Amino acid sequence: MATLQLNNVVKSFEDTQVIQGVDLEVKDQEFVVFVGPSGCGKSTLLRMIAGLESTTSGDIVIENQRVNDLGPAERGLAMVFQSYALYPHMTVEDNMGFSLKLAGENKEARREKVLEAARILQLEPLLDRKPKALSGGQRQRVAIGRAIVRNPSIFLFDEPLSNLDAALRVQMRIELARLHEELKATMIYVTHDQIEAMTMADKIVVLQGGVVEQVGSPMELYHHPRNRFVAGFIGSPKMNFLPVSAESAAADGVTIRLPGGDTTRVPVQGTGCQPGEALTLGVRPEHLVLDETGPLQGRIQVIERLGGQTSLYVEMDDELITLMVDGDVTHRVGDEVRFTFEPRRGHLFTGDDMALESLERHPLASLTRLDHRAASDAEA
Amino acid sequence: MTTTLSHKDAPMDAARGNAALRSKRLRNLGIAVLGWSVALIIFFPIFWMILTGFKTEAEAIAEPSLFFSPTLENYHDVQARAGYFNFAWNSVVVAFGSTLLALLIAIPSAYSMAFLPTKRTKGTLLWMLSTKMLPPVGVLVPIYLIFRDLGLLDTLTGLTIVYTLMNLPIVVWMLYTFFKDLPQDILEAGRMDGASTLQEIVYLLMPLTLPGIASTGLLSVILSWNESFWSLNLTTSQAAPLPAYIASFSSPEGLFWAKLSAASTMAIAPILVFGWLTQKQMVRGLTFGAVK
Repeated sequence: MATLQLNNVVKSFEDTQVIQGVDLEVKDQEFVVFVGPSGCGKSTLLRMIAGLESTTSGDIVIENQRVNDLGPAERGLAMVFQSYALYPHMTVEDNMGFSLKLAGENKEARREKVLEAARILQLEPLLDRKPKALSGGQRQRVAIGRAIVRNPSIFLFDEPLSNLDAALRVQMRIELARLHEELKATMIYVTHDQIEAMTMADKIVVLQGGVVEQVGSPMELYHHPRNRFVAGFIGSPKMNFLPVSAESAAADGVTIRLPGGDTTRVPVQGTGCQPGEALTLGVRPEHLVLDETGPLQGRIQVIERLGGQTSLYVEMDDELITLMVDGDVTHRVGDEVRFTFEPRRGHLFTGDDMALESLERHPLASLTRLDHRAASDAEA
Repeated sequence: MTTTLSHKDAPMDAARGNAALRSKRLRNLGIAVLGWSVALIIFFPIFWMILTGFKTEAEAIAEPSLFFSPTLENYHDVQARAGYFNFAWNSVVVAFGSTLLALLIAIPSAYSMAFLPTKRTKGTLLWMLSTKMLPPVGVLVPIYLIFRDLGLLDTLTGLTIVYTLMNLPIVVWMLYTFFKDLPQDILEAGRMDGASTLQEIVYLLMPLTLPGIASTGLLSVILSWNESFWSLNLTTSQAAPLPAYIASFSSPEGLFWAKLSAASTMAIAPILVFGWLTQKQMVRGLTFGAVK
C-alpha cells in the first residue's frame, strides 16, 4: 500500500511563492499525472515530494507518515529524471544496482534484483554496457530499471519522455502503462504534454502558476473542465471560445445568443447567471459539425488534411475557429461554410472564466484505468 | 552551392577553391612558425642552463659559445657540497603532501560551493582568489613569528602547511569550475538512491571529475615544487627543498654559474619528467569543460 497526501503544501523561493497551498490525495496503485504549462510548478512539486526540494509549509504524508523532514532516500521513493541522470562511469548493471550497493546488499542479492528488473525491461543484453553506448530509449529504460530495483512505494517521473523522438515516445508511453499494470505501483508523472496526461493517467492534476486548477480523471477533465484554462489546456486541438450573451438563465439551462444572432439552449446549471450577461461559449473542434443550416458561419482560411480527419480553420468575426471534420470533405480555402454543435457539447464560462456546471454528467467522466483493470480482473 | 551553377562557372569555382586552400595552408604555416618561435623563446633559457651545467666555471662566464668540451665536474662538485637527494626528498614530501592536503580540504568546499551555493558563494570565491594578489612578503613577518612560536620553522610539516594554504584558493577555484560542469541531476539521482554526501562525493563526483581533479593536483604539485619564497625564508637545512638547494650556490663567496646551472638542472629534472609523463592528463583536464 502506498498512498500520498499533500496538505496545503507551499514552496517559496525568497519572496516568490511557486507552489501556493496544494492539497492532493494519491491513492494506492494510482497513476497520477501533473500537467501544466512550463513554469507552473509541476516539477517543483514533484521534487518536493521526492525530498530534493524543501517544503516551506504544509505536510507531505506518505503512507500515513509525515516525511517533510526525511531525506530523499528515507522516503522510499524512486525518481526517473528528464535527463535520465545515469551514472556515466558505471555499467548498466552497476547503475541499476547502485542503490542496493549503498544499502549494503551483497553481490548475489544485487545481481538477482537487477536481473529481475532487466527482464521486465528487456535490458539483459545491455547489462555490461556504459550509458554512452546506449540509445535514448535504452537509457530511459535503464533509468526506469534503476527505479524498479529500489522497489519503491511510489515512482516519480519528471518529464521522462521529453528527450525522445515522437515514435519512441508513443512506444515508451505504452511500455510505461504496461509497467504500471505489471508492478501495480503508485506512480506520479510530470509532463507538459496533455496527450501523455490523457493517455496514461488515472487522475490528472492540472497546475497553473503554482495552483491546482482541477483534479480529475482524463474524461472528467475533458467533458467537465472547471474553468476556461483547463478547458483550453486539455484536448487537442484546443477548444474554441466564442463570445456570447445570455438570453435567459435558469437551473435547467441557459439560452444564449450566438454571434450570428441565433439562440440555443445549453444544458448547464444557470442559477446565478443574469440575462444579458456576457459569457464565453466553449466548443471543442471535434464537436463542431458542418451543417448547411447551422447557426454559425465563416470563411475557410486554412485546411490541414491528416488523412482520416481534416482540420478546417474558419474565420468568424476576426477569430479563427477550428473544426475537426471528416477526412474526405471536399471544401477549399475561401469557401463559406456553416456549422453547428450539439447543445450538450457546449461549455459556458462566466466573466471570471469559471465554467457553469453541466446538468448531465458524462457517463465516462469517472472512468479511470483502475476501472479497466477491475473489469478485466472480473472477467478473469 | 546552388543547382543553377553552369559549366562555365566550374573552372572559376575550382580556382577559387584552390586559392582558399592555399590561403588556409599559408595560415597554418604562419601559426606553426609562430608557435615554434614562442616555444623556442620559452625553452631557450632552460636549454642554456642545461648547457652551462656541463661547462667549466671559466667557460660559463666567457663569451657565450655552443662548442665546448662537456664536463660532469659541476655535478660531482654540487653533489659533494650538498646532498641532492635530501633536498629532492623534501621537495617530494612537501609538494605531494601539500597537494593531498589541499585536495582533501578543497573537494568538500568546492562541492558545497558548486552544488549548495548561497548568496555569498561568489563573493567567497572572489575573496579567496584575491588573497593570491597580496605579495607573500606582506605576511612574512607574522607567519615567521607564528611558525617560530609553534616550532614549525625548518620543518616539513610547517612548509607543507604553508604550501597547502598558498595553493588552496587556486585548487578550490579550479575544482569549483570542474564540479559546476557536472549535471546536478546525477548527484540528485545518487541522493534518491540513498547516497550520503560523502558517498556522493566518493562514488559519483570524484570518478566523474577525475580528469579535473588530476590536473588540479598536478598544477598544485608543480606550483609547490617551484615555490622559492617561503622555502627560502622558513627553512634552513632540515626541511629545505630543491629551490633552497639551488639558492645555496649563489653564496657569499661569489656566483658559480656552472654549479648553479648544474644544481638547477637537477632540481627541475624530476618535475620536468613528471610534467612530461602527465601532460596528456593535464591538457585533458584543463580542456575538460570545453569539449563537452
